[in-house]
Amino acid sequence: MPPDTLIEAKSLGFSYDTRPILKGVDMTMSRGKVIAIMGGSGSGKTTLLRLISGEIQPTSGYVKFAGEVVHELNRDALFKLRRKMGMLFQFGALFTDLSVFDNVAFQMREHTNLPESMIRDLVLMKLHAVGLRGAHHLMPNQLSGGMARRVALARSIALDPMLIMYDEPFTGLDPISLSVIGNLIRRLTDTLGITSIVVTHDVQESLKIVDYVYFIADGVIAAQGTPKEVRDSVAPFVHQFVHGEEDGPVPFHYPAQAYKKDLNLEDTFA
Amino acid sequence: MPKRIVASIQHIGHRVIESIWRLGRATRFFILVLLKSGTSLRRFGLVIRELYFTGVLSLIIIVVSGLFVGMVLGLQGYETLQKYGSESAVGTLVALSLVRELGPVVAALLFASRAGSAITAEIGLMKATEQLAAMGLMAVDPIARVVAPRFWSGVISMPFLAAMFSVMGVFGGYLVTVVFIGVDEGSFWSQMQSAVDFRFDILNGFIKSCFFGVAVTAIAVFEGYDAPPTAEGVSGATTRTVVTSSLVILGLDFILTAFMFRGVS
Repeated sequence: MPPDTLIEAKSLGFSYDTRPILKGVDMTMSRGKVIAIMGGSGSGKTTLLRLISGEIQPTSGYVKFAGEVVHELNRDALFKLRRKMGMLFQFGALFTDLSVFDNVAFQMREHTNLPESMIRDLVLMKLHAVGLRGAHHLMPNQLSGGMARRVALARSIALDPMLIMYDEPFTGLDPISLSVIGNLIRRLTDTLGITSIVVTHDVQESLKIVDYVYFIADGVIAAQGTPKEVRDSVAPFVHQFVHGEEDGPVPFHYPAQAYKKDLNLEDTFA
Repeated sequence: MPKRIVASIQHIGHRVIESIWRLGRATRFFILVLLKSGTSLRRFGLVIRELYFTGVLSLIIIVVSGLFVGMVLGLQGYETLQKYGSESAVGTLVALSLVRELGPVVAALLFASRAGSAITAEIGLMKATEQLAAMGLMAVDPIARVVAPRFWSGVISMPFLAAMFSVMGVFGGYLVTVVFIGVDEGSFWSQMQSAVDFRFDILNGFIKSCFFGVAVTAIAVFEGYDAPPTAEGVSGATTRTVVTSSLVILGLDFILTAFMFRGVS
């Protein structure tokens, strides 16, 4: 594994019961980059994140994170590894019984013996980075969707991780919040020198901020490249996805028998 | 016809197998909670915080219900006993009924519907909104950090709530029979004092409430943790907590009573 590679997936496969979700995915992710993983709903994007974090075990192949094969680690080693990762869930997943401040302080209190005065300073610095230092006293139910995601972002960088995974970070946001989150992902990646994986449907917003894109379809990598290569691609799947075309390799119609047969018109026109 | 019979037998079989699987999962989960209780004991502040929600906030329903149950017991007891001229024994009747049976059982039933359902809904919603998954990804074990403190808070608060229920019940009985009806106060208290035994009555009532506390809270935390992460899943789990807990409380009560009060006059 080259020294600047943080994550390597080799022949990675995963099935729910007997239904295959991923069928042999190969990818490498370099340190300090923003990588997008795109694909239709149910294509296995979130499954890939869960495999990287060791939440689920692959049915074939492996994921290496910082040189360690994730699924071979025991529980203690896995928890140790997870301290180097941050995850931003689709709707933030903030702890609803804790204030904004306590949410960001959570990991520091759980995993370190830092004095409370230092935790206070660190939390305010993390919140300042996402522009919400003034909201530290609020409860999660007092936040808008965009603010909740920014707090979750501050929480995920609490212990200065090597990797942050974003699961659909742009879903349901207004245009301002959307570009705020997009810019934050880019800025935090650059200033903290971390690696970011963004699982998203939002092609236009994500192509503005990412360094590399993987497309997943039918459980395999259907296409990959830089944002420019993706925009200029003539591959039918990528073209359909990037331009949001209704019909193409991903069909508009769910598979069905012949239309005329369904409407009982075959005999009439026979 | 035979096809339908086979289908119904298959259906019953599936239900039985599913129930056994669930029981197995629940047992495994219960053992995990016990094994991961170290954090709760080391950081007892986590348990104290939950004690407020499960114990202190359940006090009002326990106090009010205890008072009314005691008042009804006093009234009904007096009506019957006065026919035989033994109305002064009403204090004994109220105290024994409460300390041996009604205190632990009714308090546990109320606890299951007030605190048990709240614990299930809270853990179920934390699961549905990915808070438990987020915690796991922060390398913090949700069973140790979320489930175990709630479990122990229920186990600790249940005996105190049952004791509170009995105390309020006795006070309710006193109010109705002594203050309102006019039964002799001296015989009310002295007969109660001589009839209620610490070992057989109070201690056994306390042991019962400990069993109920473990049963109700174990069911509540398991249902919450096992709930499907949807609105229907959480509401179904909350209902199951109340129904299962109530049945388990009544079943356990019979078994414990059979063991505890065998041969006691």
